[in-house]
Amino acid sequence: MKFILDMHDKVRPLFERGGKFERLYPLFEAQDTFAFTPAEVTHGAPHVRDALDIKRTMITVVLALIPVVLFGMWNVGHQYNVVNQTGATDFIANMFRGALIVMPIILTSYVVGGLWEVAFAIVRKHPINEGFLVSGLLFPLTLPPTIPLWQVALGISFGIVIGKEIFGGTGFNVLNPALTARAFLFFAYPVQITGDTVWTKIAADSTGLIEGFTGATPLAVAALVPAGASVLDALHGSDYAGFTWLRMFIGTMGGSIGETSALGCLIGAAILIGFGVGSWRIMVGSVIGLILMSSLLNLLPADNYKAFTQLPFWYHMVMGSFAFGTVYMATDPVSAAASNRGKWIYGGLIGALIVLIRVTNPAYPEGVMLAILFMNVMAPLIDHMVVQSHIRQRKAHLRKFRHA
Amino acid sequence: MAKTKDILLDPLSDNNPITIQILGICSALAVTVKMETSAVMCIALTAVLTLSNFIMSLLRKVTPGRIRMIVEMAVIASLVIVADQFLRAFLFDISRQLSVFVGLIITNCIVMGRAEAFAMQNPPLPSLLDGFGNAMGYSAVLLTVASIREILGSGTWFGYALMPSGYMGNGLALLAPGAFIIIGLIIWAQRTIIKKFEVD
Repeated sequence: MKFILDMHDKVRPLFERGGKFERLYPLFEAQDTFAFTPAEVTHGAPHVRDALDIKRTMITVVLALIPVVLFGMWNVGHQYNVVNQTGATDFIANMFRGALIVMPIILTSYVVGGLWEVAFAIVRKHPINEGFLVSGLLFPLTLPPTIPLWQVALGISFGIVIGKEIFGGTGFNVLNPALTARAFLFFAYPVQITGDTVWTKIAADSTGLIEGFTGATPLAVAALVPAGASVLDALHGSDYAGFTWLRMFIGTMGGSIGETSALGCLIGAAILIGFGVGSWRIMVGSVIGLILMSSLLNLLPADNYKAFTQLPFWYHMVMGSFAFGTVYMATDPVSAAASNRGKWIYGGLIGALIVLIRVTNPAYPEGVMLAILFMNVMAPLIDHMVVQSHIRQRKAHLRKFRHA
Repeated sequence: MAKTKDILLDPLSDNNPITIQILGICSALAVTVKMETSAVMCIALTAVLTLSNFIMSLLRKVTPGRIRMIVEMAVIASLVIVADQFLRAFLFDISRQLSVFVGLIITNCIVMGRAEAFAMQNPPLPSLLDGFGNAMGYSAVLLTVASIREILGSGTWFGYALMPSGYMGNGLALLAPGAFIIIGLIIWAQRTIIKKFEVD
């Protein structure tokens, strides 16, 4: 340890103002603060003493993502082996196959996004931010395993540059960068990523033309059930194993890499809330919003409206990417509402909008990405209203004393 | 009175109607999917803007200040109707693709803006040049945006295939939000280069 510290101190002057590699200071700084506690401290009062800095926050989120990443890898391999009938069923074979497909996607996202991050850090002279470790991992998890790597590179470039850096870097972005990246791919190359079909990588055949196998997602199945029929029967009878509640909860089905398992997301939520990093208000608010909206839709007369409206809320919770979006995307501290009351409203509206888009909008089979991005834009407004209403309340309270 | 060269060249970069004054954005978003339509749009706007500035400058001494806006609207509207009818008569297909946007030149903020800001205070010839210069500034941005959108979105330029046959069009470039992002990037690049609007 002492040796590394000495080495850092020895080269430090090279990177500081006037040094040979002055322009590369952000690179040195990132490495230095990663290894050691920075020597600088805040000078002026007031001081907040807290070990929870942005580095620790972001690393905790990466930790919380590990269950989803591991499950995603296993599941991608599992689906591959099932669909291609390779006969391999053991854990190791699935994991290995999945890693072969998923790791290139994650690496592409990290390398290309990292280059942009470093380029902006050097030109704009701001430190390299660990927020990127999260965005760069969240983004690949929202993609199907069949996505071409050049699209991953393009998407993360858009997300980092347009979604974050042009606003001034981490902490200034209006939208969640990972979701911005996904939204870019969603609108630019809808064929690869629309969400009404799922993607399972299949072995390249001799012609090399077919790369993936697609089948309807639970959401697409549910959306197509005609009025009067039972949506649950349709779900249970689809796909090779039927979309039962338990299967969708555990997540052994095709879909975007990280989204399939509600169970994995629950573990992640426990880690985020346990460490005090993710806001439980947003998560609970989102669940409440989802329950209210889907219960409201359940009240519609079943014979006149499509059967999707009759889907009970516990199914909505495990379908699509609701769990993933609510736990990891909606709770992004930069783009979410900041006030406590605001977080309830923000989360609640996300949950309600997700169900509304899923059920009533025929153009978008899944509403999580759009709902969260929309509420990202609304978050400052919500905070403003919360603060204003608080001020009004205090004024009314004071007025009572004045007239007494 | 400003120098002729400045009147003509200023709107191309330092005082560009779209990227600096943020006027005429609606048509820059709407007609820039293809080069063909945006080129025709640029020609139509150049004709209208140059002539309306010239005519308004001629009328500036006989127009009472209180009704000048109505007079401006009448002149611009007449010119736009002529342009629209001309396109319908000779370029029917493109006129159909441009649909209402030729008619909407009437509401293009640049035309009214130049009449108000320049033609009402200046003699006819400089006004004509000012109108032409601003139309060129508008066209420069419009054609840049259209080039980027058509090449990225469809892999063609003026309908000629530019990209290799396997090229997958970027759907976002064909949508209006894509044009917004491209214009934003152009504004960013321009302000970085001319360094006129840096606050810090």
